[in-house]
Amino acid sequence: MTDPKFYGAGFPYKKFKPNDMPGKLIVLEGTDGVGRSTQIQLLRHWLEDEGFAVSDTGLRRSPLTQPGLNAAKMGHTLSPLTMSLFYATDFADRLENQIIPALEAGFYVLSDRYFYSTIARDVVRGADPDWARKLYGFALKPDIVFLLKADVQLLVKRLVTDRGFDHWESGMDIRCADNLYDSFCTYQGELIQQFDGMVKEFNLIEIDATRSPQAVHNDLKRKIKSRILNHP
Amino acid sequence: MLKSNPHLGRLIVVEGIDGSGKSTQIDLLTKWLRKQGKLVYFSEWNSSELVKSTTRMGKAEKMFTPTSFSLLQSTDFAHRWENKILPMLKAGVIVLADRYSFTAFARDVARGVDPTWVRDLYSFAVMPDLALYFRVSLDVAVKRILSSRAKIKYYEAGMDLGLSDNKVTSFKMFQQRVIDQYDKMVGEFGFKVIDGSLSVELQQKVVREAVSKVLEGWGGLVDPSFSQARKTSSQSSMGRKP
Repeated sequence: MTDPKFYGAGFPYKKFKPNDMPGKLIVLEGTDGVGRSTQIQLLRHWLEDEGFAVSDTGLRRSPLTQPGLNAAKMGHTLSPLTMSLFYATDFADRLENQIIPALEAGFYVLSDRYFYSTIARDVVRGADPDWARKLYGFALKPDIVFLLKADVQLLVKRLVTDRGFDHWESGMDIRCADNLYDSFCTYQGELIQQFDGMVKEFNLIEIDATRSPQAVHNDLKRKIKSRILNHP
Repeated sequence: MLKSNPHLGRLIVVEGIDGSGKSTQIDLLTKWLRKQGKLVYFSEWNSSELVKSTTRMGKAEKMFTPTSFSLLQSTDFAHRWENKILPMLKAGVIVLADRYSFTAFARDVARGVDPTWVRDLYSFAVMPDLALYFRVSLDVAVKRILSSRAKIKYYEAGMDLGLSDNKVTSFKMFQQRVIDQYDKMVGEFGFKVIDGSLSVELQQKVVREAVSKVLEGWGGLVDPSFSQARKTSSQSSMGRKP
């Protein structure tokens, strides 16, 4: 990261100078079941083979908010608004305490989703799009963001052979339909629309994720190499 | 950034630093309104079940940054807003809040977050019909706090900002920053300023006058048990002098 930039005011109580963060922030975005975690693993092995130190992070992994957020997801007290804000707390904690320190130490940070996912979910749940974006004014602009894309039918195929349908991933909290399957299809379809609308705004690089994991990996590798890799 | 209150109920909030005397005043106000048969809901700035364990851990382990602290408090406030304040306002109740979003604007900005960012964060809530700001000098507040409580807590004292290693010194420096933020908001949000150094009863007189003005010609919910109680008491007192 040659010159750290933020989407809004950032963290006014901390000042960053150019070259304060020699690491790189690489983000993989996309809906549930699109293959992000597989790709993160493949990228980690490849980058480490190349001699780079790698750190990874993903939603809900902040030690501050993880227990409370998980408990809240088990109950029925989490509304779209409080979910938005609780996830933003998780994101802020990870950004300040994990991602930025890792970047300062020269790590390549692989982020399984960033705040684009949470904005998409918030807006599908009825949040004001402008409010949801301003919320993340403290967010650091990544070096590169990939949007892994697949249609809903493929996501369904992957989920049935993997972990099955989940209450939140199916948007059952807002009851897109009276059953998990239909709700999943509607909800994920709306998320895809939100992501598509963010491509230009946030400079997302679209990746066809309907191909084999290896083909997707090669594509990501090529793009990372040509755009951001620091070779000694 | 805060839209005006479109609901039937009325929202009255008190703001000011710890030791400004606002809780004493809102307590007297609550009792006074209830005695008139008004339905009053009282709301405090404290942790709801949703974030309680996270807040406790964050404080105990000193894990908060100004931004994560601000966001977690807004999560907590949003929970209270959706589950308590908003339904009460819609129902037509008088909601009295001991601290509201302005507490976050004052404290979070004193901690260094961006003023516009934190105001946008709370834009889901409405502007109170009356915001009373109890202004006291730092010395008065500190004297009240130090004499009434054994220990100032870490975040209360703004120890996370590294202003001073001494808790009392840090507390004073942090609270002064909070006062500065409150003072800046007087014009921005049209706070009714109450001189917190006046006697309790004099302050209460000013408070009641301001509240009466806001409630003039307003028809909210009346406490059903109150009208009932009045009827029964007038029936049982028949024959006696009223």
